[in-house]
Amino acid sequence: MKVLVPVKRVLDYNIKARPKADGSGVELSGLKMSMNPFDEIAMEAAIRLKEAGQVSEIIAISCGTQACQETLRTALALGADRAVLVETDEALQPLAVAKLLKVLVLREQPRLVICGKQAIDDDANQTGQMLAALLGWAQATFASRIELGTDHASVTREIDGGLETLSITLPAVITTDLRLNEPRYATLPNIMKAKKKPLETLTPADLGVDVTSRLTLLKVAEPPARQGGIKVNDVAELLDKLKNEAKVI
Amino acid sequence: MTILVVAEHDNQHLKAATRHVLAAAQAIGGEVHLLVAGQHCAAVAEAARALSGVACVLLVENDALESAGAECMADLVLSLVHDYTHLLAAASASGKNWMPRVAALLDVAQLSDIVRVDAPDTFTRPIYAGSVWATVRSEDTIKVITVRATAFEAVAETGGSARLQKVDATSDAGLSRRTHLALNDSSRPELESARVVVSGGRGLGSAERFSALLEPLADKLNAALGASRAAVDSGYVSNDYQVGQTGKIVAPDLYIAVGISGAIQHLAGMKASRVIVAINKDPDAPIFAVADYGLVGDLNQVVPELTSAL
Repeated sequence: MKVLVPVKRVLDYNIKARPKADGSGVELSGLKMSMNPFDEIAMEAAIRLKEAGQVSEIIAISCGTQACQETLRTALALGADRAVLVETDEALQPLAVAKLLKVLVLREQPRLVICGKQAIDDDANQTGQMLAALLGWAQATFASRIELGTDHASVTREIDGGLETLSITLPAVITTDLRLNEPRYATLPNIMKAKKKPLETLTPADLGVDVTSRLTLLKVAEPPARQGGIKVNDVAELLDKLKNEAKVI
Repeated sequence: MTILVVAEHDNQHLKAATRHVLAAAQAIGGEVHLLVAGQHCAAVAEAARALSGVACVLLVENDALESAGAECMADLVLSLVHDYTHLLAAASASGKNWMPRVAALLDVAQLSDIVRVDAPDTFTRPIYAGSVWATVRSEDTIKVITVRATAFEAVAETGGSARLQKVDATSDAGLSRRTHLALNDSSRPELESARVVVSGGRGLGSAERFSALLEPLADKLNAALGASRAAVDSGYVSNDYQVGQTGKIVAPDLYIAVGISGAIQHLAGMKASRVIVAINKDPDAPIFAVADYGLVGDLNQVVPELTSAL
């Protein structure tokens, strides 16, 4: 079974995002970029299925600027067999990415697409669901456990107030939550080997997809700041403040 | 403008998030309709007629909806949405699951997790775990939106007199079905709608101490229990306790953070709370920068003392 894993290049999760001085976007220049952490979990899930003999080939895909090659090399070092970059300088919305992925799915015919549940830059949480809808496929989002069968997959997912297990018909899209696994690190020998693995570059035009956005970013700004309060000395003072000043208990 | 809000409910009661989403709809303006779709959920629809500012309640009863997945819900909403200018649902585990399918099938960009309505076509939403807010204008003919419930004041439960319209709509693609459901013990208030939240971090040190120290305090305050991602990752509690950008977004009247350092991703999930209390032994912990009342001390002493003084 072939599996497709989309990976996104994002600002590293340890770096606090700040608006550009003119509010036109988020400052990214000179800052460390990494693979979206939820996509690392998706890669790890695919690799474990391959190690278990249930998956024959893992194809990593990234949509974005030329620099996304770096993210794809990371995916190859982790265990992807080959990679596809859909190269564009346009700022891509989740719907455009889903359309690009759809064309690649039709070309590659995977039985499963595993996506991160959201990217930690735009926090949209849309691409996997949109791809499933465009393909008319089943979806299981926010997965914390995956059991793969031949025609179905059993996926445990996190819902408000508990867990549910879904039986989904394959082919399908699964999106990963934090609990699914703990991703491995790429080893040095594998990083060297990854340089020789195939990486194909296409453009949205090659795939016949219009990626023009219908959303206009008007500005980005710091959120309203919350004022820090005071330190209290003991429990008695805390209770007094909560009762008589804040009046919340 | 006519706005369709999709209600969240458990077939018996409307969840509180719905009233917050209705407030966002009213901030956009125009006539607001509420869709109640489920299995034997007529009582929910009947109660929803009284909600302030709702002109029409659409009721769809379909047994397939009980165990069906996002595919089914998305098809149902899609069949009803064409006469509307805006489609809104809560940015909950449920809304996040099916809404993007509707957007994709309408060929429309979705606006996720809005916190402010700037104009009927312009909205503000947090990005980068809430470090930055983006203001975005949509040129799509139907605006598809999920709403961060805590960012909007709920509409009143009474005062409305909406008409009730039953709609026959069936859809079951049969692509997915639920085989098992494990709901947590619900003796506590729901995390996202509780008036008081007691939340624990890695400072608790173990699952045993998490429950031994925080449960009695939460009992006294009739509070929901939450946790930081660090506490979840350490295995003290399950992931549905997680408060933060990758977990639940809460805004209670009182949020008590115990042994939580205050990572950006955690602050993004709770800093809209009305009053924040932080208990931490590290006086330089970032949580104190957002806390109204900070208490520097050993949580093993402070928490039991607080519990017994209440």
